[in-house]
Amino acid sequence: MFWIGFLIISALNIEAFDTPNDDGSSITITWPADTNLPVMEIMRSLDPGRGFEKIGDVALRDSLFQDAAAARGKDYFYRLRWTDPEGEKFSNVAGPVRARIQLLNFFRLRNIGLLIAILFAVIIFYIRHARSGKKVTIRRIPGLTAVDDAIGRATEMGKPVLFVPGIMDIDEPQTIAAMSILARVAEKTAEYGTTLFVPTCHAMAMTMAQQVVKESAIRAGRPDWYNIDNIRYLTDDQFGYVSAVDGIMLRDRPATNFYLGSFYAESLILAETGHSTGAIQIAGTAMSDQLPFFVAACDYTLLGEELYAASAYLSQEPVQLGSLKGQDLGKFLFIAIIIFGVITRLLGWNFFYNLFSVQQ
Amino acid sequence: MKRTIPLVIVFTCGFFMLTAFFIPVRFVQDMSQMLQNWYVGVAAFFVFIGIINLIKINLEKIQRKLRDWQYSFILLGFLFFMMFAGFVLRGHTAGPVFQYMFNYFYTPCSATMFSLLAFFVASASFRAFRAKTPEATLLLIAAVIVMIGRIPVGYSIWHGFPSLVEWIMTVPNTAANRGIIFGINLGLISMALRVLLGIERSYMGGGD
Repeated sequence: MFWIGFLIISALNIEAFDTPNDDGSSITITWPADTNLPVMEIMRSLDPGRGFEKIGDVALRDSLFQDAAAARGKDYFYRLRWTDPEGEKFSNVAGPVRARIQLLNFFRLRNIGLLIAILFAVIIFYIRHARSGKKVTIRRIPGLTAVDDAIGRATEMGKPVLFVPGIMDIDEPQTIAAMSILARVAEKTAEYGTTLFVPTCHAMAMTMAQQVVKESAIRAGRPDWYNIDNIRYLTDDQFGYVSAVDGIMLRDRPATNFYLGSFYAESLILAETGHSTGAIQIAGTAMSDQLPFFVAACDYTLLGEELYAASAYLSQEPVQLGSLKGQDLGKFLFIAIIIFGVITRLLGWNFFYNLFSVQQ
Repeated sequence: MKRTIPLVIVFTCGFFMLTAFFIPVRFVQDMSQMLQNWYVGVAAFFVFIGIINLIKINLEKIQRKLRDWQYSFILLGFLFFMMFAGFVLRGHTAGPVFQYMFNYFYTPCSATMFSLLAFFVASASFRAFRAKTPEATLLLIAAVIVMIGRIPVGYSIWHGFPSLVEWIMTVPNTAANRGIIFGINLGLISMALRVLLGIERSYMGGGD
């Protein structure tokens, strides 16, 4: 009987350990994935020999269970129980194991924090470089160079400018980037006395846009130009918003349309309607799925990162340009890391690959 | 002060949320969640501000008999009727009147706008696929292969079409897409740093 019991126990070896990188609220239990066993019960006890109680079920093919009810500071023992035609069976008993607090998530810190820190360091280096008075040159972005010309065109034609800041709220970084560009566009339109329409999809974005345009008008020395009714809320509904903006395009015929921010399926509907009215169109989004539509239907498109760089580029302030330079160097570093990673993998050296392995 | 206090709030909250991502301690996570809940609370309040703005602008339009004021009348009529149906009538938003309006007015209108996309895709593709430059020609060839390979007749013409399409989509297309995504994320980090450090403040209207 002892040998049978031994064979049954050793048929399934489980391991229990403190869940890494958590707040000390769970213990992880693992076992081989290819067991082909039926539904099993996870059992827990404070004593290895007795008092095991069921704490959960695990489905077939599972190989991991997290005991989120484990109290911090107590030693626990775990085992699995299942039933087959021969009767009730158990795995080995794993433990003692104790849930502990980790103050830092080293997995995130190593894989994400390190890269962010490197990028921050490079950007700050270039910002300081720019502050010291050294000239910073960055590549020309045609879509942003065309902003002034596009506003000038609307002014000459005596028609309004339409600025669509995407369909997301201000918790979306692209909307923040759009607001930064709106500040520059509003300053220019105020300077020229051109009407600016900013229809928004969210009331919070509307409030922010109103503030941005108002401040820009004051900065341009034209507070009288600011008309609060031109920066208005339409609807939160995606296609309701599109139909309302299309209506503005067809009724007021703006000569220049800006689509900058976060867009989804409505991108092409907006851009094609704008194209049909003969407006010059400048678009920019970080939604990579929508970029082809804007490229096809607009005169200029800011591709992904250019949207985030737009405000700094338009300001031409050395410190902001320095941050763009740092961003470019960061990009170069990432490209170097990718190429190095590919080479080391091709040569069979896995040390570098393992540094970035997705293991918690 | 008008700028300093918002900048301090942005820096404090932004830096806290960034560090909270790396600190699994429950107190820090609870604080992080609380900040996010505050945003949800503020956003809910802004729904009323949106509605007030909508009513104000459209009422003004009706009062002054501005161009197309009749549409404002229809908009406000439906707005108040839906509010009445949702808040007052039997069943509220699950009631028959609200559901009828939703299913037979709102949904068809929304679907109509969405379906316009099919025509716009055709017209945009027609312009994009003009083989004026070598790049545009390459785009045209790739697009034709993908379109033919995605339909059953493509397989009948040549059995290799689906595999060729698969290769185009998973190798050159994915490579270009990932390049763009890398750039986007780096741009995002760079912008976040500018905002956190107060270098970028034009989203607050700019100025000092």
